[in-house]
Amino acid sequence: MMPLSHAEVVALALTFKVSLVGVACSLPLAVGCAWLLARTRFFGKPVFEGLLLLPLILPPVVTGYILLIVFGHHGPVGQWLDAIGLSIAFRWTGAALAAAVMAFPLLVVALRNAFESVDRKLEHAAATLGAGPWRIFFSITLPLSLRGLVAGLALAFARAFGEFGATITFVSSIPGQTRTLPIALYELISTPGGEGGALRLTLVAVGVALAAGMLAALMLLRGGARNVAGEA
Amino acid sequence: MIALDLALQRGEFALELTLTSPARALALFGHSGCGKTSTLLAIAGLLRPRCGRISIGGTLLFDSAAHVDVPPARRGLGVVFQEARLFPHLNVRENLRYGAPRAATAGTFDDVVQLLELAALLRRRPGQLSGGQARRVAIGRALLRQPHALLLDEPLANLHREARAEVLAHLLALKRQFGLTTILVSHQPDEVTALADQVARIEDGRLVALEGIDAFKAAVAIPAMPLDAPGVRATG
Repeated sequence: MMPLSHAEVVALALTFKVSLVGVACSLPLAVGCAWLLARTRFFGKPVFEGLLLLPLILPPVVTGYILLIVFGHHGPVGQWLDAIGLSIAFRWTGAALAAAVMAFPLLVVALRNAFESVDRKLEHAAATLGAGPWRIFFSITLPLSLRGLVAGLALAFARAFGEFGATITFVSSIPGQTRTLPIALYELISTPGGEGGALRLTLVAVGVALAAGMLAALMLLRGGARNVAGEA
Repeated sequence: MIALDLALQRGEFALELTLTSPARALALFGHSGCGKTSTLLAIAGLLRPRCGRISIGGTLLFDSAAHVDVPPARRGLGVVFQEARLFPHLNVRENLRYGAPRAATAGTFDDVVQLLELAALLRRRPGQLSGGQARRVAIGRALLRQPHALLLDEPLANLHREARAEVLAHLLALKRQFGLTTILVSHQPDEVTALADQVARIEDGRLVALEGIDAFKAAVAIPAMPLDAPGVRATG
């Protein structure tokens, strides 16, 4: 099989960049939301939970269109970003935002499960040892959720890597800017003679997804029964 | 002085307890489910009473009338739970140091490590400890918090005979050396007579009696001490 063409390498590098930045940007908010869901009770929690899962449930094109309405050049946030010189519409940063939004629910679900698997008795023990909520979170809850966090990051990265509908709707297909691997693949499929390139990108996509899935499975399988306040 | 006046509800179970004890070591004694652990958790700040007042050694920890509810982290208590609750991702040294104030001296750490014979265990993870060793580390961790009072929840429960003797001997040494105000929860009469100066007998969430050790021995059938450690009783 022929090696990747320059355009395919560009699309692949852009996809890695967009996915990594997208997942990294959604991580802090996902951690906060997952902790709220795992550790607190509040009025309207099911509604809040439903809203967080929306990007997973909505057709990706709808999510992309909502992003376009809000962050596009004529959108309320987009106009403000344009004014301060941080325009994201039709740029790689917009693709990263789309990736972040689409990966966010997977990250929240994985992190929530990870936080819930940490025995609260350990957090209570930490409290009696003088630790406040932040120290408990960073010294007990988060380290004990690390495997779940890595699994969530792997799944979210794979989801961001494969993102198509929201990205093409929001930021279109601009080579080197917003033409990520799935978009490049779609265009190769639609182009006569593009079968070879399409196959190469398909193999890359399968390889990345497989690696992420295996990492997530490994983390989740080996993470059980470690975070409870047993005798020791 | 230990002063408790608290009412709390846990599902169907209601606890109403009022007692004042001058004892240095008070045992809350009763059968499983009588409310003694709930009382201990309320003192630790991990369970909020419906109303009442909790004061240990002159330090007010909770007073519903005065809207005082000191957070667990600031109660200054050393709590040893029944399941050691060591942090599984930290080794013994890190567990011991977790609650130690920054100003704590190396000497204090060494004293506690020596008293509880933990030197050989410092690099181990909690999963590599026996039940008795884990309990000793939990006691050391609570002590290094430099608390003004110690709360012990069934410190000898679920330990085999040798481990019970081992932990009890260390608790007695600790009592002699530190003389901390201690509240002990137990359903084992032998444990209570070995460690406490006064006993609050609790049944169904109510105080039945607050008595000295001699009266407690007379009231409760004490089984033969199932401990092998020579001199354990004498040192208590």
